Amino acid sequence: MKFDTPATQNPIDQLKVIGQSVNRIDGKFKTTGTAAYAYERHDVAPNQAYGYVLGASIAKGRIRAIDDTSARAAPGVVTIVTTLDTPPLALGQMNYANLFGGAEIAHYHQAVAVVVAETFEQARAAAFLLTVDYETEAGRFDLAAEAGSAEPVGGDSGEGSDSGPGDRVGDFEGAFAAAPVTLDHTYTTPDESHAMMEPHATIAAWQGEKLTLWTSNQMIAWSKGSVAKILGIPKENVRVDSPYIGGGFGGKLFVRADAVLAALAAKAARRPVKVALTRPLIVNNTTHRPATIQRVRLGATRDGIITAIAHESISGNLKDGPPETAVDQTKLLYAGAHRLTGMKLARLDLPEGNAMRAPGEAPGLMALEVAMDEMAEKLGLDPVEFRIRNDTQVDPGNPERPFSQRDLVGCLTLGATTFGWDKRNPKPGQVRDGHWLVGLGVASGFRNNLLAKSGARVRLEVDGRVTVETDMTDIGTGSYTIIAQTAAEMMGVALDGIVVRLGDSDHPASAGSGGQWGANNATAGVYAACVKLREAVAQRLGINSADAVFADGVVRSGNRAVPLCEAAASGELVAEDAIEYGDLSKKQQQSTFAGHFVEVGVDIHTAEIRVRRMLAVCAAGRILNPKSARSQVIGGMVMGVGAALMEELAVDTRRGFFVNHDLAGYEVPVHADIPHQKVIFLDEPDPQSSPMKAKGVGELGVCGVGAAVANAVYNATGLRVRDYPLTLDKLLDRMPDAA
Amino acid sequence: MADAGAPVGPESPVMANVAFTVNGKRRELDLDIRTSLLDAAREHLHLSGSKKGCDHGQCGACTMIVDGRRINACLTLAVMHQGSDIVTIEGLGQPDNLHPMQDAFVRHDGYQCGYCTPGQICSGVAVLAEIEAGIPSHVTADLNAAPEATADEIRERMSGNLCRCGAYSNIVEAMTEIAGRPA
Ligand code: FES
Ligand code: FES
Repeated sequence: MKFDTPATQNPIDQLKVIGQSVNRIDGKFKTTGTAAYAYERHDVAPNQAYGYVLGASIAKGRIRAIDDTSARAAPGVVTIVTTLDTPPLALGQMNYANLFGGAEIAHYHQAVAVVVAETFEQARAAAFLLTVDYETEAGRFDLAAEAGSAEPVGGDSGEGSDSGPGDRVGDFEGAFAAAPVTLDHTYTTPDESHAMMEPHATIAAWQGEKLTLWTSNQMIAWSKGSVAKILGIPKENVRVDSPYIGGGFGGKLFVRADAVLAALAAKAARRPVKVALTRPLIVNNTTHRPATIQRVRLGATRDGIITAIAHESISGNLKDGPPETAVDQTKLLYAGAHRLTGMKLARLDLPEGNAMRAPGEAPGLMALEVAMDEMAEKLGLDPVEFRIRNDTQVDPGNPERPFSQRDLVGCLTLGATTFGWDKRNPKPGQVRDGHWLVGLGVASGFRNNLLAKSGARVRLEVDGRVTVETDMTDIGTGSYTIIAQTAAEMMGVALDGIVVRLGDSDHPASAGSGGQWGANNATAGVYAACVKLREAVAQRLGINSADAVFADGVVRSGNRAVPLCEAAASGELVAEDAIEYGDLSKKQQQSTFAGHFVEVGVDIHTAEIRVRRMLAVCAAGRILNPKSARSQVIGGMVMGVGAALMEELAVDTRRGFFVNHDLAGYEVPVHADIPHQKVIFLDEPDPQSSPMKAKGVGELGVCGVGAAVANAVYNATGLRVRDYPLTLDKLLDRMPDAA
Repeated sequence: MADAGAPVGPESPVMANVAFTVNGKRRELDLDIRTSLLDAAREHLHLSGSKKGCDHGQCGACTMIVDGRRINACLTLAVMHQGSDIVTIEGLGQPDNLHPMQDAFVRHDGYQCGYCTPGQICSGVAVLAEIEAGIPSHVTADLNAAPEATADEIRERMSGNLCRCGAYSNIVEAMTEIAGRPA
């Protein structure tokens, strides 16, 4: 189905099932431990052996030799595959460091061997008997030190934000010089880790030339292609299956070493092999969100109209790796006639930087939205009011291009009233609650809505049930449930009459899970397949499909009413289709918006920061399931608190690795860090986005929250910290007098 | 790690027999003594509801209730549990027979990817029992009074169970609802 004109009235608009806060259909499996994740698929292949991965203990250089004599002789060892036994493997899609093969080491903990044994304990013990002789080379590990030599670069996050090396509208420098009120500050964000709870894991089995990978991956079709490319085998010979994924956040968009090494090890062992990356290996072996150094300049009239806006960012990556696209949202978020955005990239020898939840916007808004707060104060304006004054209903760089929908102002105003913003004291450091200094902060949230082709197959079974098959994944996002809701709405059956099968590359290719594009596109693909199935049903029943109504398990037309299951009485009906898009999103900008509000307390004695209240008001198209959508938003808000207050991969700038590479050293928010969170969705179906009239919401929640926390800390203390995370050592020696 | 100079080489794994009760059933295993209780369940009994998030006691995904107390099953060896009474997520309830806490997690959407969820639920059940038993926590203000299942108590006691999907707010609501129920 081609979607190239705005949606009109369709069966989804009935909102009998869609738009309802139904419980997740996979909930009873997840809560009882019966949802099987990759490493737990004992039943899929007999006689699975255990693979244990050894990572490089240098950041750059090469391996002279690997002595595996004692490891091979160790009890239970089946086989060992070392990187020296393997030619350098091709790179997978959006992959910049070799996952395995050859003597060269491009980053710390790059996989150098996999030991296969009868048990996990034996494989682990034998892996530590390997002796690797390294030749170390000097590398570049310090972004601040390399920033001066960073080159201008354009880039694309692959997830909906892209920017040129220097994009200009009007005359930024002239307008900035002429502006009566200006701001020029530099902000830094650190390297961050996805830290999803399920480690990357794969079971691999070969049947002749055919390889099956039971794995944990967000993008099945990409990964099938990547596995084929990496291993140099035809795509048709690869099957990837990921029905449950224990979190990804961008860290499982791509094939990683677990999948490749399980495949190689299974080939060498001539039996199925399962491999999970150990927790301490994940941070340096896989990808991370790269650190940024961001300069924001704002020029405004005295009454707070922005005339000049510039946002420039420097990040680092391995050779050929992309920049962190932290400036992209600044092209679209606020008005202003004279504009500049630019990126520079330093060559670093740290592990591969790549997408993490809202790549670009998440760190970009942490800078821009603090700058907006600082500028509002300079102007003597309320920060909510300052943002509203600079709202734009069109793409500022291309004014004939409107937003399809944009109610940032509504998010901010409703948020302000709901949160009690009028009680905020604009003078910082004034509000006390016992030993706590209390402050409120606000920030805008922004993230684009992306359209991508997405396919599905639906079956009307003989027993009247409807089965949906697509390679779409559910990484915690609620895909199972919203897909079932879509099929239930379209076919007029109850939710429990729908079976959803996801994550299998033998199913039609979907948009997959990334860039908050999953919900809208995957359900639109199911919509397309259901439209076809409705036609097939009508045809078989001899009903005119144009006026057929599907409801309550019955198909009605004129005065005929036939049970839906009758259409399958003579055999199952199958329909397959995909949603494909025209150029609607080029004519009108499709984005999602939020107003984030945060209250913090800062301990007057210790500078400990506690988040006390949080609210997000979101305008993000039709909300397909408010319950699971809300969870996506609060999850993003939690990650935003982490980014603001604690998350930082510490770089050893001499040895070239992230030091705190486990869940004890890399701190993420825990229960005690997070208060009750409130989320409000504005009701705004967007007919430009798809027949579902929905948009993404999974990343909007993390966009802007960090800045709202930082702004609240400023309001509480009067202390501005421009280097994330806001740990107490950055406040302590400047804290106001406790008296 | 072996001492420098100590001979390292092929030694057969030391095996031991261990018997315990898991979810009400007596189970007997011959195990490499290095096997954690978590791997005994996941890899040997194929009870993979208990998750391995870190294998280092840093995440809580592996939480089981052993002899009435919640523990990180990755941090204890199976052979240390001769005779123990072990309850895993599979023992609390099943898909068509949910434990009230499992049911509350579903209704409050106290999970997303589901990987931390069995650990959260086992911890959640045990935490309410700890509060019921009068065991104080770091945030209990009055050590002479019986602790109550306030949001602060729940958050403090649940802080060893990480949820990167960030379902905390909903988990606290699910637990609060269960705590508020008449026994
Ligand atoms: S797996 Fe046991 S605490 Fe993480
Ligand atoms: S539900 Fe994904 S980590 Fe908690």
